[in-house]
Amino acid sequence: MTQATIDTRKLPAAADLAPGGKIIGEVILDVQNISLRFGGVNALTDISFNVREHEVRAIIGPNGAGKSSMLNCINGVYQPQDGAISFRGKTFKHMSSRQVAEMGIARTFQNLALFKGMSVIDNIMTGRNLHIKSNIFLQALRIGPAQREEEAHRAFVENIIDFLEIQAYRKTPVGQLPYGLQKRVDLGRALAMEPQVLLLDEPMAGMNLEEKQDMSRFILDVNSEFGTTIVLIEHDMGVVMDISDRVVVLDYGKKIGDGTPQEVRNNEEVISAYLGTSH
Amino acid sequence: MQTTFPRLLLKHALERPSATAMREKEFGIWQALHWSDLRQLVEHIACGLHQAGLRRDDHMVVVGSNRPRLYATMLAIQALGAVPIPLYQDAAATECVFPINNADVKFAFAEDQEQVDKLLEAREQCPQLAHVYFDDPRGLRDYDEAGLASIDELMAAGTAFAAQHPDFFREQVEQARPDDVAAMFFTSGTTGNPKGVVHTHNSLLDRARAGADFDRLTENEEVLAYLPPAWIGQNIFSYAQWLACGYVVNCPESSATVTIDLKEVGPTYYFAPPRVFEGLLTSVMIRMEDAGALKRKIFHAFMALARRIGPDRMDGKPLGLMDRLLYSLGDWMIYGPLRNNLGLSRVRVAYTAGEAIGPDLFQFYRSIGINLKQLYGSTETAVFVCLQPDNAARADTVGLPIAGVEIKVAENGEILVKSPGLLKEYFKNPEATAEVLTKDGWYHTSDAGFLDAHGHLKIIDRVKDVGRIRGGANDGAMFAPKYVENKLKFFPYIKEVVAYGDGREKVCVMINIDMDAVGNWAERRNLAYAGYTDLAQKPEVYALIKDCIEKVNADLAADELLAGSQISRFLVLHKELDADDGELTRTNKVRRGFIAEKYLPLVDGLYGGKSEQFIETVVKFEDGRTGSVSATLTIQDTRTFAPVKAAA
Repeated sequence: MTQATIDTRKLPAAADLAPGGKIIGEVILDVQNISLRFGGVNALTDISFNVREHEVRAIIGPNGAGKSSMLNCINGVYQPQDGAISFRGKTFKHMSSRQVAEMGIARTFQNLALFKGMSVIDNIMTGRNLHIKSNIFLQALRIGPAQREEEAHRAFVENIIDFLEIQAYRKTPVGQLPYGLQKRVDLGRALAMEPQVLLLDEPMAGMNLEEKQDMSRFILDVNSEFGTTIVLIEHDMGVVMDISDRVVVLDYGKKIGDGTPQEVRNNEEVISAYLGTSH
Repeated sequence: MQTTFPRLLLKHALERPSATAMREKEFGIWQALHWSDLRQLVEHIACGLHQAGLRRDDHMVVVGSNRPRLYATMLAIQALGAVPIPLYQDAAATECVFPINNADVKFAFAEDQEQVDKLLEAREQCPQLAHVYFDDPRGLRDYDEAGLASIDELMAAGTAFAAQHPDFFREQVEQARPDDVAAMFFTSGTTGNPKGVVHTHNSLLDRARAGADFDRLTENEEVLAYLPPAWIGQNIFSYAQWLACGYVVNCPESSATVTIDLKEVGPTYYFAPPRVFEGLLTSVMIRMEDAGALKRKIFHAFMALARRIGPDRMDGKPLGLMDRLLYSLGDWMIYGPLRNNLGLSRVRVAYTAGEAIGPDLFQFYRSIGINLKQLYGSTETAVFVCLQPDNAARADTVGLPIAGVEIKVAENGEILVKSPGLLKEYFKNPEATAEVLTKDGWYHTSDAGFLDAHGHLKIIDRVKDVGRIRGGANDGAMFAPKYVENKLKFFPYIKEVVAYGDGREKVCVMINIDMDAVGNWAERRNLAYAGYTDLAQKPEVYALIKDCIEKVNADLAADELLAGSQISRFLVLHKELDADDGELTRTNKVRRGFIAEKYLPLVDGLYGGKSEQFIETVVKFEDGRTGSVSATLTIQDTRTFAPVKAAA
């Protein structure tokens, strides 16, 4: 009963989010006329939308609509044939995942991509990889500066562990954790990169109601405490409508809606895509 | 020793400024707080609270889990002569309303966002609650409710005030008298509103000291504070005795890390309710079953040895040379590592209380060399009434009255207590006070029991639940439902029991099997089942349960007083009793009366001599929807025994 009373507060209604208190900044990520084809399949056709700083932006759509492909384009996993993506005004067309990560874009995966045999701490530590300056030999020998650096990174990781409330599992191999907790570790690793934009690919897939409420709270807390911009794909409409500031709707690789949750909810095309009326 | 809590703080800060007072695990590292740091922390909070308007005899609520700043706030409140009221951190907002209004509380300390939300929700019904201070700011950034501030802001103001008035804090502390009210604890009444139990510095500290003397506690003890601070037991162990002895209290990182923290801290003085000891044991046993065959064999062989001679060894009885040698070997190979794994390797004194503990569970811990004992007490008696001496711990008694305590058994079997630790009164409730605290100074515990041949107190049941058998062969015999139920619940296969017999000619019980234990038992026997309802009605399961009941009957027959409480008939319920359906209280106690009404056909079936009975019940699911379950339940007779020592 207590749980319910807390969580309603922690999941503010969409209406009071954007205008109330939170400052939404300039456009940070701009997707312009992206088209992606695999042979004859048009995965994405002429998609444009933007993400503004500090907002929670959701991408929704039926199965196969091209949501994950969209994230993969932003992330540098796929190279779109047409169009461009600009991040903080800098436009790029062909960029590797590493370059994207260095620019400050982190992501989590739909099917989890954790090191199952490694502990929670070590998994999150891997997220610090890009911030580690000393070379592998110094690290292996734990010589002076490398040791100090590791301590600083460990302190950072401890903060994330505290933030995500996974203190009890610090030293547990990730493979032994239940799915909901693995998702949290995945989020922790992405946070360890100190990203400016966080891409979340179905962060709540396969979770029960309570785990979804917890995860929603963490996402909103990341957004408000660190000011991280969040782009997320999600199937659970209730969650999307509750936590996002703006929503993009894809269907068959095309954009069919874009706006606040309320606008999207009332969009005829979106309703028909979801309810499956005649095409 | 007449003193107050804040004076003890000053004494420790003066005498041992750099000794550790508290530790808290943060970011994976145990951070120590010394007595001098603590004094300063308390001074700053106290000055801040004074400036905010907290005055002598005001009340202030503290709600949260065990954190240094929570305890520091309690000390600060007491330093100003005000009264802290710790509330349960898992209580719902509606449950907080009564205490806040009852004591006209204007100030509150909340641990984090969860507690702040709760207090803000409660505030709608308690508008006088003007100030809420929080410790952990996470998630609270955008809150702009009036009167909500972080404890850091309060302390900043307090620090400035303390700099201008360096003697203020000490003067305030010196004004408090030992017989002033020190704290108020709300007890969850089963009926009606909760009652605020008022304790003075004297009553709490006298009992804290008496308990410490009994077990020879020193400033070197290590304690893990992990139970709710609102519960008087935790308050005695990690507050009253902490200040009385000056030992170290350790605050776990979070409620989920308690078992890990327990191992790291290795407490020397430990308290846990029986269910915690049971959980610890289960976690070890499960892992042992997964070990290799050789390891398992060694383990079981040495555990058999421990069962045989361990209890005698703890009681200080002489052992044969061979047994001593074998036990030392076992200690090196099994018991020592096991104690370490449980986090209990340094325990000098461990207590359990609150509910009956199973004899097997109790003896297990004692047999591997852990000095586990029982105590008897309640919120109204500042805990310590009876304690078991190190060499005379028994599963079925709760020990000897300790220094300062007088015990008397009333005509109706009720235990009466006289002690310096008795409550001053129930807050603003003279009728309730007069009911339990009579003019002659006796406190009425409402527990029924007796002192056994060795002077140890034995508790049977609540006085109001003890009944009489009417008619039949055992006419007039005493019937103690809880006692019977507990005896059955000690079997791992039985989860809940409801016993009936008051005013009837025989005792009948309804049983809930333990799904995990019985399910596992069935699987090992290749007994297929579809679910709880199916498993519960298997004839094999009935035979299993019947066997348990007959063992209990044989046991009861040996007890002259309770031989009449032997069980004649039983059935296994088709659904698990659930708090959501109102069958259990939130603390998982059976609501006997409610169940009797809800399952009236079953009770009639039990007493009507039928061999089966159809029942349909409505169940409530967790999401609030309802459904119904129906089944035809078998009812069986059990064997009873003639009282063994009728003449004794």
